[in-house]
Parts: sequence; structure tokens; C-alpha cells
Amino acid sequence: MAQITLSKLRHSYYPNPKQADDYALKMIDLVLEDGGAYALLGPSGCGKSSLLNIISGLLVPSDGRILFDENDVTTVAPSARSIAQVFQFPVIYDTMTVYNNFAFPLRNQGVDEARVDVRVREIAEMLEVTDLLDKRAAGLSPDNKQKISMGRGLVREDMNVVMFDEPLTVIDPHLKWKLRSKLKELHQRVKVTMIYVTHDQTEALTFADQVVVMQDGEVVQVGTPVELFERPAHTFVGHFIGSPGMNILSCDVRGSVAYFDGIEVPLEGAIKPDLNGNTEIGIRPEYVSFGTQGIAATVRKVSDVGRHNVVTVMVGDTKIAAIVKGETPAVGDTVQLVFEQDQTRLYVDGWLASEKGAGQ
Amino acid sequence: MAFEIKNITKKVDGQTHIKPTSLILEAGHFNVLLGETGAGKTSLIKLMAGLDRVASGQILMNGQDITRLSTQKRNISLVHQFFVNYAHMTVFDNIASPLKVAGMAKSEIAGRVEEAADILQLRPFLARRPHELSGGQQQRCALARAIAKESNAIFLDEPLANLDYKLREELREQLPELFAGRGAVVVYATSEPEEALLLGGKTVLMNDGRVTQFGTTAEIYRNPLDITSAKVFSDPPINTATVTKKGAEVVLNGTIKWALDGDAANLRDGDYAMAIRPNDVAPLRTSQSTVGVTGQVQVTELSGSESSAHFSFGAQKWVSLAHGVHIYDIGQPREFFLDPSKCFYFGADGMLAARG
Amino acid sequence: MKTQNNRAWLFVLPVLLLVAFNALIPMMTVVNYSVQETFGNNLFFWQGLDWFEGLLRSDRFHAALGRQFLFTGLILAIEVPLGIAIALAMPRQGGWVSVCLVLMALPMLIPWNVVGAMWNIFTLPDIGLLGYFINHVLNIPYDMTQNPIAAWVTIVTMDVWHWTSLVVLLSYAGLVSIPDAYYQAAKIDGASNWAVFRYIQLPKMKNVLTIAILLRFMDSFNIFTEPFVLTGGGPGNSTTLLSIDLVKIALGQFDLGPAAAMSLIYFVITLLVSWLFYTLMTKDDLN
Repeated sequence: MAQITLSKLRHSYYPNPKQADDYALKMIDLVLEDGGAYALLGPSGCGKSSLLNIISGLLVPSDGRILFDENDVTTVAPSARSIAQVFQFPVIYDTMTVYNNFAFPLRNQGVDEARVDVRVREIAEMLEVTDLLDKRAAGLSPDNKQKISMGRGLVREDMNVVMFDEPLTVIDPHLKWKLRSKLKELHQRVKVTMIYVTHDQTEALTFADQVVVMQDGEVVQVGTPVELFERPAHTFVGHFIGSPGMNILSCDVRGSVAYFDGIEVPLEGAIKPDLNGNTEIGIRPEYVSFGTQGIAATVRKVSDVGRHNVVTVMVGDTKIAAIVKGETPAVGDTVQLVFEQDQTRLYVDGWLASEKGAGQ
Repeated sequence: MAFEIKNITKKVDGQTHIKPTSLILEAGHFNVLLGETGAGKTSLIKLMAGLDRVASGQILMNGQDITRLSTQKRNISLVHQFFVNYAHMTVFDNIASPLKVAGMAKSEIAGRVEEAADILQLRPFLARRPHELSGGQQQRCALARAIAKESNAIFLDEPLANLDYKLREELREQLPELFAGRGAVVVYATSEPEEALLLGGKTVLMNDGRVTQFGTTAEIYRNPLDITSAKVFSDPPINTATVTKKGAEVVLNGTIKWALDGDAANLRDGDYAMAIRPNDVAPLRTSQSTVGVTGQVQVTELSGSESSAHFSFGAQKWVSLAHGVHIYDIGQPREFFLDPSKCFYFGADGMLAARG
Repeated sequence: MKTQNNRAWLFVLPVLLLVAFNALIPMMTVVNYSVQETFGNNLFFWQGLDWFEGLLRSDRFHAALGRQFLFTGLILAIEVPLGIAIALAMPRQGGWVSVCLVLMALPMLIPWNVVGAMWNIFTLPDIGLLGYFINHVLNIPYDMTQNPIAAWVTIVTMDVWHWTSLVVLLSYAGLVSIPDAYYQAAKIDGASNWAVFRYIQLPKMKNVLTIAILLRFMDSFNIFTEPFVLTGGGPGNSTTLLSIDLVKIALGQFDLGPAAAMSLIYFVITLLVSWLFYTLMTKDDLN
């Protein structure tokens, strides 16, 4: 058990990195509390797997340090870090039984057989695979194989952190939520720090207490699922979380007022002072509705997704999505858009620049 | 353009993979094949594409029997879950390959390839080879190849399954526009109900090698023919329970009761299988007509804009799905509210008897 | 649940015909010879199973068969572990991969009889590079035309040189197909190098090793050209393997009947041992 500190971490896969683009990870400073459930969320190529491999020790960073509590482990070998990692594709020792798979990491440490037996049975019971213990691991279904991989990760008692690298990729869609919830339950039982890497918002938000959103080798926001959804700190977070994601609209700011399409848009609160740059309004489709007066828009598409409708409208060349329950306008209609003021935010160069409103 | 299959079946090693199936799939809208892994979607696509032979039955294209025609002569395109491109060719040559095979003139090929590349935003990558592209770009290259070729039918077998979540969202939105007005029959297999709803068009529900329902996507979502169709077209899984109808009332687990009106009021007294979608079971009371059900919360999930809670009461394991962020206490009892007007009642034969 | 589909036979028919022409028909001729005595002029006398009986009782046959098994046993015992070891030592990526692969493939490209001739000259005590080196620099008396042990060492070394590459290349193909995640997981699980080999590399190489062992068994058990060119079966009969003895009987003494019977026994042994190997090595997969 340990608190993990990543300090001024940078990594490049090039031998002599020069500009910022040569770095797969650009200056990461992050503290992961002991016993927390974390998710690293981002699109492929954002650096989340590199970060994971640095924590597990499979990769040594170009610059910066990793601390487990007070100990610098930057160059310590993976086997000496007391960590476990579950990979995208189940890694199992084919020739061994499920029992021996679970026992393997313990036996490598020289744990005595009586204790091995206790731990193996405990883990098997937790994962509901007790009846498979005597089976050869090779013949199992993908979801059971992945459970075996997880079990091998959880079996050691001195674990500092357990990491999951997109562990549900090969799992059938209708079994995914079962494993997803199993993982959450496991975390609540074993209370060890867990880090879950994924590009899937549902997996990240379901599993984690704290989600680390990454883009282009940088951490954009760290927050609870609610924070990420309600008040994204960056337009990328707004876009990436939620489906459809947040509407990001180019706007003009004159004085303390934002204008979109020439019309004043009331924001949640005051604009932070002394900011220059590209200004954008962010509003989630959930908070866009149609009224009798507001911004004029033309309906381009109405998708009935069963429990609600996603209406896409155009204001000039700008596309705006709205989630509508009940009556929907027809394609081609002109509608007036109303943005819920509490939920209308201003972003400058991508970063949140409006203060929280008084009502929140 | 229309694809008609009449009573086709498929057997492998004596096991029936496709039970007698008849369908008419037309151009002009998406035809989505929806079902779990192993439901027979890929088998059906292979039969229509001519990659497999039917055990019995007929396949017609525009009224012409093509059952015995080879894949090459059917003039179709197929895009796979895995990004299948020619590794040694550039993106341009990959997109051009079916046109070259068809013996098209060079000048015309260039025009067609560029048009397809523009639609899929591949113009800057035409000179690259597939391994120099990201997964999304590789799949777009495979899609461009299908578009450039003027096929009678385009089969897309879970084409977005291996892509990043957000990219999937973007392509899913573009796809119907891409294929609109192409005159080809578009068949799209997926295992995700959400995807079928977003793509629109018509949907074929499949379960265990059988078509359970076929019709306009939103329409069959709202009006399942039988309980299997209701289950296939629901994610998270649809909530079910056995209820007893007596007089104007229906009873669940002996204590939970609500009054019936409309169709359901006319049902004969007796037991029915009741089903209600997770989004019609709310965590908050939204109207007086909703019925409270208290269950123990087991697992909660958050998917960006929606929260779901898996809870159990009696023998039932149900899910509630609600918009926005809701916080639930795991392991604690909580009251959820079902909307009786959204209930489906199925008879002993599994067919829809009435709706609430 | 399985149903019979007779149409499958139609597809197999061309192969059956091909096998019939190039294996079964020549084989029937051999069977024909093995039960008769002939003195030329198409004169045949029925002998029944006499040739077989005589052979199975003959010391000469036992000795040749023993030598054949010894040779194959030595070859497998040396080439398989050595091949795996070399494959493990080879780089998995970078420019050296192709250099190593070409070097490994080179010996296999040389024709059998050339290999025999090469090693013959190479090991001559007076003018051969290796022979001269051993005799005059290391001062160890070595002459494979005089000393049976020297002859054995030479033919085994020659075969190891010629064919270990096959095991190397097949093992290497098995090794490079193991995803990185397996090695990473093993590192994290604290596995020793031996455990990595025993539980990851060896299981993943098993299928290709089965093929390698089968090929090496059949090839070494039926080997003829190289040792024949090298030693001609000598000195004395010390390197007269079953295959060499067979040729001596058939073409040297022109005893076609016993030679035919010997061929059949030879064939049956090869078949039986191959089947045994295959069954033992794939037994686990069937469960």
C-alpha cells in the first residue's frame, strides 16, 4: 500500500527529443492517493498506456521521478515494485491449472504453501471461479481467462497498486457490465489502489472515484465523474465525456458579455479577468432547449434513440446538438435555441474561464 | 436495388446456424442486423455475400436468382470488424483496387478515389501505406474502398467495434449520410442496440439464428412483437417479472400493485410476463401515476450523461437508467419508480398481449 | 451431433489418386518382391514370409537398426536443445535479425551430397582444414577412415551443422509470435528466467517444436546421402546405418527379396515412431 507520486514526468520514444511534439508524455504531475480507484481516460495515442507502463516499471521515463510513498522507484524493476497489471488480452499460463496460475506470483516470492492455498481460494471465491480451480487455463472462455489474469494480479498481499490496461476489450458486450461491476466490487473489498486505463467513458466513470482525462500526452483534468460531466475544465473533457459531447461554439467577448451569432448569451457567472485568446461557449446538449425567442437555428437532423431524441441544428456553419424528450421539430424547421444559464460556460483557449454562478 | 432472401437456411456440421429466414432488404436506408454475438448476423451476411452456400432457400437481387452466383459476380462490398487493407499498397491503391479489377479507365479511377477520399477525410493520406495510419484512418480506408466501388450491396460487419469510443460516435453519425443516395443496399451488423437506434433506418432483430422482428428501427423499439425481440433490443437488459392480472389491477411480487387501463385492462385474468425498459424505471418520482418499487442497489454505472443502477427485489434483478448524474448508496435499499404506461405484457407463448 | 456427408470423398479423390500413383503402386511392387525370390529373367518363386523372418533374426540387421536409432537419438538429443538455445539467443528485432536468419538458412541450402563431400575433405587428416588442425595443432589423433569413434563424431557433427538451423528457425518463429504482454506479466509476477522459459516460451513453442522434432526424426532416421558420401558406412561397418545397409543389400548384392522386406520393416518403424511422437506431443491438446 502506498501513495503514488508522479513528479515532473516526461517521456519520449525518440533518443534525442527536441520539441514538445517529440514527447509522448509532456510534464505530468499527479498524486494518486493510497487505496483510490482511478481511471486514465483518453483517446488512443494520448499517452495513457505509456503512463501506465511507467508506473509499473516496464518503461523508464526520460525525465522525472515516480515515488511510492517516499521511495523513489523510477528505475526499480517491475517485480520489485509489488504491483500487478492486467492486460488488454488475457495473459494466462496455458499449461497450468487455474489454481497454479493464481499461485504463481506467490510461489515466485517463496510464500509457504499453506498460505498460498488460503489466498488462492479466497481470490477464486471473490471472482466466482472456485469450480474452475482444477481446470487447465487454456480451455477457458475469454471472460474467464480475463478473470484469471485479474486474480493473478490480486493474489499478492503486499500490493502497492493494481493496474488494468483496457481489460474489457475482448469481452463480449453483454458480459462487459458484469465484469465492470465485479471490478468495482473487488476494489471495495480489497481497498488497494487501482488504476484503470480506457478510452471508454462508461468504463472509466463507472469504475473510478477520480478520473484523469488525458490528451496529447498531457493531463487535462482530474476529477470525480460528476465534476467532469458538470463542469469540464477543458473543452476536450466536455467533448470527450457525454454522448453526444458538449457543444463548443466560437463566440465573441466584449467587455464582460459573450455573444454568439451576434446575440448575447448569459453565462453561469462572471468571466475570469485578464484572459486573452480564442473564446468559446460550452453547453451540453442536455441543456439546450427550444423556446419562443433566442438564437435562430435550422433543424438538420432528428435521431430518435428510443428514450429521447437527438436534434441537430445549424446556426450558420455551426452544428449544435440538443437532447429533447417529447415533441420534436421537423427537419428544415426554424427553431429558437435557449441555453440554460447555469450550465453555459465560457472557455478561453480551451480552458474554463467562467466563474461558478451564484446559484450553484 | 433490393435484396430478397427466401426461406434460406444454413447448417454447419449438422448444426443449424440460420433457421428458415425470409427478408426483403432495400436501398435508401440502413438495414441494421442487431443481435448478440453468435446470433447469426455474420452467418447471414456471409450467405448474402456469397461467401457461404445456403443449405436451402433462394437469394434474389432485383428479382434475379443469385443463389448460385459467386461472390465476385454479385458485385458487393464488405467491410469487416478488423481493418482489412492491402498492406503493401498505398491508401490510393487500396481504394482503387476494386475499380482496377473491374477494368475501369485510369482517369475515371483517380476521380472516384479522390471523391471517396474526400468524403472520408483521407485526402492527406492517399500516398501512405495502411500501417502508417491510425486504427480509425485504416477503417476509413476500408470504408472508402466500399464507397468508391459502385456495388449492388454493401455489407458492414460491426465496422466500428474496434475503434475508440469517440471516433465510433463520429463515424456512426457520418455513415448514414455517406451511403445516402448511393442506390446500394446497405446492411450493417451490430451487437449494440444504441448503435441501431442512432443509425435509424430499418432493423432486423436476430436471436439464435432466427429473425425475431423486422421493421422501422424506432417503430420496433417501441412495439416489440414478442419478449425475445424486447430483450434483444435493450441495453442495459430490459427488466422482466411475472405479474398476475386480476380485475383492473396487476400484482407484482404479491405487494406491488397498479391499476390497468387501455389495452391491458381488457386482458384475461392470469399470469403474464411483464417487461419494462430501464429508462422507464426512474430513481425519482416524476408523476403521480408512477409506482414505487423498493430494491437493494447492487451496482451503479455512469456513462457520461446517464446513470444506471442495478438493483434487486424479490427474485428480480432490475436496472434503472436515468439522465444526468445520480448518486446511489451501494447495498442500501432505495425506491425506484416504474411508469405503468410503459409496461409490456407478454402471454404464455411469449407474444405481446398488451401494453400499459 | 454429426451427420455424414459423402460429398467430401469427391474432394479427397484427386489426392488419393496422386498418393496411389507415387506411393501405393511403387510400394505394392516392393511388397511383391518381399515375398518372392527372383533370379532375373522375370523368374519368381514364392517365399512367403521367409525374408522377414530371416531379417528379424539376423544380427547384421539388428546391428544396423541399432546404429540407426543411436544416430537419430544423438541427433535429436543435440539438435533440439541446441536449436532452442540458439533461437532464444537470437535478437527479436533490429537489423541483426535478417543477418542471423540468413546465416541460419545457409547450411540448409547446400545439397546433401555436397555436404558429405565438403565434410569429407574438411576432415582429412593431411590436407583438410579441420582434420589437420585436430591432428597437428591440438595433437589429438583423429582419422575417421580408421577410427569408428572419429567417424561417428564426424557424421553427427555434420548433421548438427546441416540441420540444427531448421529447429532454430521453427523455434524462432514460435518465439516471435509471443505477445510482449506475456513477458511483461511475467516480470510483474516476479517469474525467474527459467519460469519464463518453462511456462511461457516452451508452451508457445510446442506446436512448432512438434513439427521440428517430427521432421528431424524422419529425416535423420532415413538419412543416407551425407554419411554415405562421407564414410561409405565405414570404417568396417561402424557407420553402416540401416539405410546404407539397405542399399548395400539391394544394389551391392542385388538381393532384391531381402532388400524389399527390409524396406517394408524400415517403413513400418518410421511410421510407428512418428505416430508415437505425434500422439505423445499433441495428447494434451485433445483433453
